[in-house]
Amino acid sequence: MSLIFNSFPYLLGGALETIKLAFLAVLVGCVLGLVVGLGRLSGQRVIRALAAFYVDFLRGTPLLVQVFIVYFGFPQILEQLGSPVTRIPPFWAALIAFSLNSGAYVAEIFRAGIQSIHRGQMEAARSLGMTYGQAMRYVILPQAFRRVIPPLGNEFIALLKDTSLLSVIGITELTRRGQIIIASTFRPFEIWFTVALIYLALTFSISRLVNFLERRLDVADDKS
Amino acid sequence: MIRVRGLKKRFGRLEVLRGVDCDIDQGEVVVIIGPSGSGKSTFLRCLNMLEEPTEGSIIIDGVELTSPSTNLNLVRQKVGMVFQSFNLFPHKNVLENVTLAPVVVKKLDRAAAERLALELLRKVGLEDKARAYPDQLSGGQQQRVAIARALAMQPAVMLFDEPTSALDPEMVGEVLAVMRDLARDGMTMVVVTHEMGFAREVGQRVMFMDEGRIVEEGPPDKIFYRPENPRTQTFLSKIL
Ligand SMILES: Nc1ncnc2c1ncn2[C@@H]1O[C@H](COP(=O)(O)OP(=O)(O)OP(=O)(O)O)[C@@H](O)[C@H]1O
Ligand SMILES: [Mg+2]
Repeated sequence: MSLIFNSFPYLLGGALETIKLAFLAVLVGCVLGLVVGLGRLSGQRVIRALAAFYVDFLRGTPLLVQVFIVYFGFPQILEQLGSPVTRIPPFWAALIAFSLNSGAYVAEIFRAGIQSIHRGQMEAARSLGMTYGQAMRYVILPQAFRRVIPPLGNEFIALLKDTSLLSVIGITELTRRGQIIIASTFRPFEIWFTVALIYLALTFSISRLVNFLERRLDVADDKS
Repeated sequence: MIRVRGLKKRFGRLEVLRGVDCDIDQGEVVVIIGPSGSGKSTFLRCLNMLEEPTEGSIIIDGVELTSPSTNLNLVRQKVGMVFQSFNLFPHKNVLENVTLAPVVVKKLDRAAAERLALELLRKVGLEDKARAYPDQLSGGQQQRVAIARALAMQPAVMLFDEPTSALDPEMVGEVLAVMRDLARDGMTMVVVTHEMGFAREVGQRVMFMDEGRIVEEGPPDKIFYRPENPRTQTFLSKIL
């Protein structure tokens, strides 16, 4: 018991790192995902193909391999390009890889959200003289955003759990800190169990938060 | 006002419009009738380029819609459309539904847009619903908001695609009344509808469309009571 008690602050520090990474990655992923998701629906074939390739590549390869490509692969390219800085700090490598990955999943979420809006909405907007961009911005996206909150929440949770992979490039997030404590205490059961519970507390809180947001917007939706 | 020549529209192999010609004058109210699938909606949607014609030309107010250099967004500002399913913006209240396009497209300042919107809402009898959201309104009320929304762009032509066929019978009258007022004010209107009463009272010309062509046209009483084409006769015998 005292073991858990003593290691708790250290583990919580790791949890903070975990949240920070997942949150930043989802944030960047949302921006990327919006761009790529709109690209998937573009009238331009080339843009559509590029967006599809991006999504397929990032969803069709393991996240760990993507992390390795950024962490170990990019420095090699940087070196060959003659860049003065070739080392990418683990945190940045992780953030880049996770953001790119998340962008692909979020793109599909946005695409589905946009496509779920009845096409009469786009037609009504266009018939009033709005451009495609104006119709998206003022009519389609505001409605789509409400619908994508639950799947975005799931994406956030998935990403948060995946950050445990990052122990392999030496980021001292929650899982890595568990390993470190066990290396000196030899108490794997208690520590891994505690680590698991902390993850659970995080994911549970997020899903409650998402439910709450969804209900708030539903109320707004009922009114609207 | 509107001049259509040799208009054809194909969806893949399906030829939905097979050469439509017509001229519609300023202030004229034209009613289009015809069996399901005859291409009525497709024709209307070509008139504001929601569908791109495969062949032929459409000239509205001197602007050739089918020419590649035409700015369609400008054209659509002049051609209002009212849909069977209303298509109000559910996340915006009635006032915002009406002001959105004038503010975003015409860059009208908000106060002016709201003044215009309230005036139009008064015209369609819904001034007191300005702050309501679409799903708090009946179908008839929603359709009247949709008409006000289209009018807010001050179009030269209004297209109506079966504006009352999604409505409960008791709400049809209120929407037709608004359309009647509009016609009386001199609006050029192209209306797809099977409301005979409306067609006879307000329509100056009825076109019967079948299999992608205008098969017969003329004054309402002639088309409804003395149709010459056998297909018109068959169709009318079914719906009258
Ligand atoms: N986007 C589309 N893609 C393929 N086919 C289409 C499309 N839009 C319409 N059609 C087809 O074109 C034909 C004519 O459709 P349209 O909607 O113009 O008929 P309509 O006269 O309005 O019929 P209704 O009275 O049922 O509304 C139909 O066979 C329809 O299935
Ligand atoms: Mg139709």
